[in-house]
Amino acid sequence: MTDQQPAIRLTGLTKEFGAVTAVDHVDLEIAAGEFFSMLGPSGSGKTTVLRLIAGFEQPTSGTIELFGEDVTKRAPFDRDVNTVFQDYALFPHMSVLENVAYGLRVRGIGRKERNERARRALASVRLEQMGDRKPSQLSGGQRQRVALARATVVQPKVLLLDEPLGALDLKLREQMQVELKEIQRDLGITFIFVTHDQEEALTLSDRIAVFNNGRIEQLGTPAELYERPASRFVADFVGTSNLFDDSVSQQLLGRAGLHSVRPEKMTVGSGETGDDVHNAPGTVVETIYLGSGIRIVVDLDAGTRVSVLEQNDRHRVHDDERGDRVVVTWHDADVIALATPVSVTDAAAAAST
Amino acid sequence: MTTNAPTRHPLPARRADFGRKGSAFLATHPRARLALLLTAPLFWLVVVYIVALVLLLITAFWSVDSFTGQVRTEWTLDNIIKVLTGSLYQTVTLRTIGVALAVTIIDVLLALPIAFYMAKVATPRMQRILVIMVLTPLWASYLVKAYAWRSVLSQDGILEWLVSPFGGHTPGYGLPATIITLSYLWLPYVILPIYAGLERVPDSLLEASADLGGRTWPTIRHVVFPLVLPAIIAGTIFSFSLSLGDYITVNIVGGASQMLGNLVYTNVGAANNLPLASAIALIPIVIIFGYLFLVRRTGALDNL
Repeated sequence: MTDQQPAIRLTGLTKEFGAVTAVDHVDLEIAAGEFFSMLGPSGSGKTTVLRLIAGFEQPTSGTIELFGEDVTKRAPFDRDVNTVFQDYALFPHMSVLENVAYGLRVRGIGRKERNERARRALASVRLEQMGDRKPSQLSGGQRQRVALARATVVQPKVLLLDEPLGALDLKLREQMQVELKEIQRDLGITFIFVTHDQEEALTLSDRIAVFNNGRIEQLGTPAELYERPASRFVADFVGTSNLFDDSVSQQLLGRAGLHSVRPEKMTVGSGETGDDVHNAPGTVVETIYLGSGIRIVVDLDAGTRVSVLEQNDRHRVHDDERGDRVVVTWHDADVIALATPVSVTDAAAAAST
Repeated sequence: MTTNAPTRHPLPARRADFGRKGSAFLATHPRARLALLLTAPLFWLVVVYIVALVLLLITAFWSVDSFTGQVRTEWTLDNIIKVLTGSLYQTVTLRTIGVALAVTIIDVLLALPIAFYMAKVATPRMQRILVIMVLTPLWASYLVKAYAWRSVLSQDGILEWLVSPFGGHTPGYGLPATIITLSYLWLPYVILPIYAGLERVPDSLLEASADLGGRTWPTIRHVVFPLVLPAIIAGTIFSFSLSLGDYITVNIVGGASQMLGNLVYTNVGAANNLPLASAIALIPIVIIFGYLFLVRRTGALDNL
């Protein structure tokens, strides 16, 4: 069952930079052929995990296995993983073709063959006409594709992508997301994608690991993360959430604990009633027109502010204005119970004992 | 909602004083601005620098009356022909070029690893310390440093004391001593441009090379070296041209050896032949122009 080996297995992976623990005992298995995303705010340790897998950093402790083989102590050039860098890191003094052929050149493959293979790789990202140009003559999106061709031409087992779309504008980014997904499907190799953009992660990934403070906060499919966030952090970071703390939950839901409701699961003034329906009166603070939808911010009388997202469809008849009294409605089935957060002091106390 | 209104702090009223009028004039007259900016440096460059150089050139085509010792302002090619064909001048020219080349090669070989360590390995704190250490010798007088080397290299100097237990000997005074001393003197001028050049190579390029399978040597050869070559050449322009014109170091540690600078010095002083001195001085100028012409295409001149 060798093909059942995970592409990447991290065991107790820890990286300390002086007094700072960037990665804190991370255990993770990534299946072969998976589009896997590591999502988190800056400083959450996701990029460090990527750099540890690539070999640019040495872990303080823990191991990294690539298809069952321990590569923890290997140099980057001895690992069958390749990286698409955030700034693309194209060699400015080489032509596009030379850039793509570089990995073959340092492996001692003859000029004729390596240029042939590099041309094919360029064609796969639709840049076959650009081979003679210098990277500086390309647009951001084209450079991104060259970086992709350069990393895939050496046929890695795992491709690491470090916020590769971060520098592109919105339209191009959406277009590249589709292309990335297609390329991954064509090549059939494992993609490990680092991003701080939750929408991007939800769009692209088979599975996502949400990082916070050097640990994996939650691991799951996009739907699992969005529909059933396990903690306040995930609920807040993945999508937007209306969070109800303990006292607000008591008033609105009649039970204790931390809860969240997604803005699109709430309506304003629908007049719905029933056993599993919650109605809460409040005052409109702001109505924001978004084009495809309308966001209504309401201060509930229960003492919390919620954001309601309504579709901009023909059924929307009312125009709520600032100061209007309204009733916000949601179903009990859409209420997500969140685990009580472990406060930082508790965690520190637990660690010191 | 008066409580939320921000308190306004009135700005002082604008005064119509002379400085303001002058600024307004300059703001609307770009040519006047440019003139004010460039008059002084252009005066310096044209009158003090270029005119002096041209006078030197012209002097080379004059001669000296051997009887009165006065400069005769009649055009003659005698000095140029003498410098080009005289075996003394040819020998000294070749020797000077040899010394300058040796100094340049030694400096580049020493500067590359130091600069690489400074730019890519050292911590930011260590980086600052090293930059200061490289710059500090430049504050000391040239003469003091040359005489320090004279003492180090003397027959009973530190070098002899250090290497004699291992059967070595100080090279004494001569061309090797000149090369050692000049290499020392110009090393900072070679380290700094190479360091600056390496600083501009992003770390991610080195990582990308390693990531794609490039070990240390291929990475240096295919990525680092081509990118810092202009900076290396910029450094060699300093060490090469400074060595070509030097005559003090060779006087202090060179023993009986002469370089072009010494010939200029004796002809201006003892021989009282300014035109011949000018003609000799043209040799390093021509060589440097040739060198600059060669390296122009590498983009090194953008790195100076």
